Amino acid sequence: MRESPPILSLRNVSKSFGAVHALTDVRLDLRAGEVHGLVGENGAGKSTLVKILAGAHPADAGTLTVDGKELRPSGPADARAAGIAVIYQEPTLFPDLSVAENIFMSRQPLRSLRRIDAGAMRAATAGLFARLGIHLDPGRPARGLSIADQQLVEIAKALAFDARVLIMDEPTAALSGVEVERLFSVVASLRESGAAVLFISHRFDEIFALCRRVTVMRDGRWVSTDPAAGLTVDDLVRRMVGREVSSLYPKTETAPGEPLLEVRGLTRHGVFDDVSFTVRGGEIVALAGLVGAGRSEVARAVFGVDRYDAGEVLAGGGRLPKGDTAAAIAAGLALVPEDRRQQGLVMELSVERNATLTRRWSLSRLGLLLGGGERAAAREWSERLRVKAARLSDPVATLSGGNQQKVVLAKWLSTGPKVLIVDEPTRGIDVGTKAEVHRLLSELAGQGVAVLMISSELPEVLGMADRVLVMHEGRLVADLPRTRADEQSVLLAATGQGGAG
Amino acid sequence: MTAAGVLGGEREGARLVQRVLVVRELGIVLALVLLVGVTVLVNPRFLTAQGVKDLLLGSTILAVLAVGQSVVVITRNVDLSVGSVLGLSAFATGSLLVANPGLPVPVALAAGVLLGAVCGAVNGALIAAARVPALVVTLGTLYVFRGLDYTWATGRQINAADMPPGFLRMGGATVAGVPVLALFAVVVLVAAGYYLRSYRSGRELYAIGSSPAAARLAGIPVGRRVFAAFVASGALAGLAGVLYAARFGTLDANAGNGFELNVVAAVVVGGVAIFGGSGSVYGAALGAVLLTTISSALPVLGVSPFWQRAAVGALILAAIGLDRALSARLARSLRGRKGHG
Amino acid sequence: MAERISRLRSLVGSWDAALLVALVLVVAVGAVTVEGVASPRFWRFVTLEVIPIALIALPMTLVIVTGEIDLSVASVLGLTCTVMGQLWLWGVTSLPVLVVAGLLLGALLGAVNGLFVTVFGLPSLAVTIGTLALYRGLAYVVLGDRAVADYPPQWTAGAIGAIPGLTIPWAIIVVVVLAVAFGIVLHATPIGRGLYAMGNNAEAARFAGISVVRTKFWLFVATGAMSALAGVFWTLRYASARADNGSGLELAVVAAVLLGGVSIFGGRGGLIGVIAAVVLLGTLRNALQLAYVPANTLTIITGSLLIVSVVGPNVAGLLRERLRRRRPAATPVTQAE
Repeated sequence: MRESPPILSLRNVSKSFGAVHALTDVRLDLRAGEVHGLVGENGAGKSTLVKILAGAHPADAGTLTVDGKELRPSGPADARAAGIAVIYQEPTLFPDLSVAENIFMSRQPLRSLRRIDAGAMRAATAGLFARLGIHLDPGRPARGLSIADQQLVEIAKALAFDARVLIMDEPTAALSGVEVERLFSVVASLRESGAAVLFISHRFDEIFALCRRVTVMRDGRWVSTDPAAGLTVDDLVRRMVGREVSSLYPKTETAPGEPLLEVRGLTRHGVFDDVSFTVRGGEIVALAGLVGAGRSEVARAVFGVDRYDAGEVLAGGGRLPKGDTAAAIAAGLALVPEDRRQQGLVMELSVERNATLTRRWSLSRLGLLLGGGERAAAREWSERLRVKAARLSDPVATLSGGNQQKVVLAKWLSTGPKVLIVDEPTRGIDVGTKAEVHRLLSELAGQGVAVLMISSELPEVLGMADRVLVMHEGRLVADLPRTRADEQSVLLAATGQGGAG
Repeated sequence: MTAAGVLGGEREGARLVQRVLVVRELGIVLALVLLVGVTVLVNPRFLTAQGVKDLLLGSTILAVLAVGQSVVVITRNVDLSVGSVLGLSAFATGSLLVANPGLPVPVALAAGVLLGAVCGAVNGALIAAARVPALVVTLGTLYVFRGLDYTWATGRQINAADMPPGFLRMGGATVAGVPVLALFAVVVLVAAGYYLRSYRSGRELYAIGSSPAAARLAGIPVGRRVFAAFVASGALAGLAGVLYAARFGTLDANAGNGFELNVVAAVVVGGVAIFGGSGSVYGAALGAVLLTTISSALPVLGVSPFWQRAAVGALILAAIGLDRALSARLARSLRGRKGHG
Repeated sequence: MAERISRLRSLVGSWDAALLVALVLVVAVGAVTVEGVASPRFWRFVTLEVIPIALIALPMTLVIVTGEIDLSVASVLGLTCTVMGQLWLWGVTSLPVLVVAGLLLGALLGAVNGLFVTVFGLPSLAVTIGTLALYRGLAYVVLGDRAVADYPPQWTAGAIGAIPGLTIPWAIIVVVVLAVAFGIVLHATPIGRGLYAMGNNAEAARFAGISVVRTKFWLFVATGAMSALAGVFWTLRYASARADNGSGLELAVVAAVLLGGVSIFGGRGGLIGVIAAVVLLGTLRNALQLAYVPANTLTIITGSLLIVSVVGPNVAGLLRERLRRRRPAATPVTQAE
């Protein structure tokens, strides 16, 4: 196959945030009429790379060339003028404005006196939607659109200014099967029309279905770029992780004890429906499923962060009141949430304050927190979990992702939970810390703690769990014992094709 | 679902939004009509030519300020210094005219607007360049501008008798029964409304208020636009100062003291979301007219004028409560609608 | 990033120190250059003036730390004054009864704010602008433009009476005790830890089992009660209840809290800085008055201080960031060759 010259190329690009090296010497070539896959673990630097291409972050070093000319964007407007369009993981629409305005913001078609031609804008939007095969009213506001529709609007936005480079950061993460198919046909037609597409995804089947070449990143560095045709999933995983996968997951067998958490008929209308399961002491139960299947929502409802419409949660010898987190904690529950930065930690507060936030009452004497009680407790736990922090009084934002996750774990393990719910416990942390987290979970189960683990990483699910629960579109569709859980059975159930366990 | 059904459902979505917006502004109009209607029933003289003129005149200054404030609030900011800028501009215009009685009125007008724009530029520069919350900065400049005003006036008072009669005549003149001052407000309102709706930079103000982060990613020059919004708000407060001088003639350093809260109240009552991104200057101006009408209608209705402030407060609470309920309903019905079949 | 945040923190930490130094400087310079600043009488006046602002600034600090704001405080003060005045007119002559009624009213008014903010989820800025007008309006409804001024003179004498052997009014002891109490709550109790957590990140606070809604509701109630206490003091000190009592005080209180280093976005700042700022502004105002500097100069100084207090740290941070960014940015040219 003859290779066309790249439209866009990156050479030796580096970027650090304070002491953290997000990118080191990264290279990348995107060619016309090619879909280029980019894979890497969370925290490998993909999102930083996207931000640099988008002009949202300046690179510290290295060059970005578009059509052979060096580009130094001073902001997103420059990158866009050079024909680069970015579709972020989380769509960036203006909720109050109409769909048409979102697409044409700052580029609205004009009539006399530089006035906006609203009619032409609506027509152009309708035209774009027709081309993409989307049925959306150009006049409705972006507020209330589903993630899938928001992403389609983002794509229409990119089409509207004839972007020649389209960067898609995990566009399928929140999409259903039908929506993914439509997205693929749109991407294919973009490729036909000569655009270069950078496609970032965690789903290998998508990468192999769409991409001609695949680049792997690890720890902020470029690892390899090869034609997809010569690669296997194992090759990619090995390059992403940097070692054999089998060396992870030290789950030891333990005999399950008493049921410590019982969930019966839990329902939240439109989110999840009639979810029932039990977790016993000493057991690690994985909750698998696609993103958006309602797993985190179940965890939040169990822990009392959200309310629910029907059902009950039994723990600590009684029924937990709805929407009462403090009661859940008192009953021995702990939740290590999905979004560390938004839900797990108060980033501006110190390591010490974060680590002891859950124990502020038990550490107080006569209601007062004086002396070094918090500091001593924080020190004890950060030593136990080997948190690497210069000072415990530093804001937790200054720590690396892995160490931040350890602070979240310290915060919850220090409460001595009987039931530990962990939601994506190893997302965005380095491989070494990952293994530590796995060992820790295994140890806890060994001590009789009931562990409920939500994870989107299949190897983690299969390696760690004694039992695998699978959710699909808000329902619990399978309960697989360790012996019967394999990639195929879990994936089939998660995509709604498997029989009940 | 058939294709026609899908399309019908979609258009309904846009119509629903339209309806909610209309309901919001119609609500104010309805309240206004009710209030005026009841007042006229009690005292028919409320709606004579003179009565209407008084109402319009009374609303003018608040409406001009409310238009400027909406431009700022739409970008998810707030300008608390407008009352002080009004005072400064009113006193400056008065002093200028007393010192130069022959000065043409447009020059005095321009001077007042310019002074206001400079004050707005100070706010805008601090907020956009130093990235400091608008609430704090404009609370600070509220004091600073008022302090400058006091320092300048130092107990002096400008009396109507010293002002050039030509200028004061503008304050009382009418065109076809409509006070000239109110025409200023109408021109400002229509111009601002048209600009916000039909110009790219106007739409960008809404985009900034709707999602500042997305605005930055979309390449909108956020700092520059916010700066311009504050300059506009300052300039309109300056204009309001000139109108104040023309209407009252007698000026001291207290002109416009405490206006900032009335202005924010008018904007909120008018349906401009306090956290930006939605609302219109027309709504804000209607809010200003409604607040003014309440204060002139209460005495006519035999209600003690002391109820006026309480009514304004209740109205603000009702308005934000209504906005909340409407947007919740809208969000629910939009979410229930699938984008495609 | 790390560096910037920790420096910012240390800047905030030293803001308290800067305010205390400024306070000492103002007192020292004032004592030397302005006749009367060194006199006990001067401090008596400063104290009397500072008391109501300090009383309201204490809960306001906590409210702003959680990321909310209460602009209705001065109106609560005014309404409390007029209702106590009306009760007096109706023949309630027992001071304890009047005080308790006033405090209960304040708590109720605060609860209304809290209800709107927490249960209905409305922005506190808009809600309290509304109740600012509503409560002040109700004050006018109660008393109109009348004034109740025939309180027994011994009440005033009692309220502003000096601590034996000093000229400072004894009421300051109440303020100090309350300040210590609020300081302990904010800085040394589980509740205070929760306030900072929810001010920085309400969602993470909820995940940690902190009841954001309940805490905020009670904070608004406390703010109402403390504003009412300021109203009680106001009534007794001036022996006068009028509907416009304390008008505009809300901005003075907010200005003092922000000058004291509390971030308007919540989550940052402390009570020492706020108290230093309240005393600094009170001292400055009275010293300048003694020096025949017109009051408007003080207005300008207040405003400028407020702006400097927020602009200073930000500009310093931005400059540092720019400098840091420029240095490595110079390298790619050589690498590209």
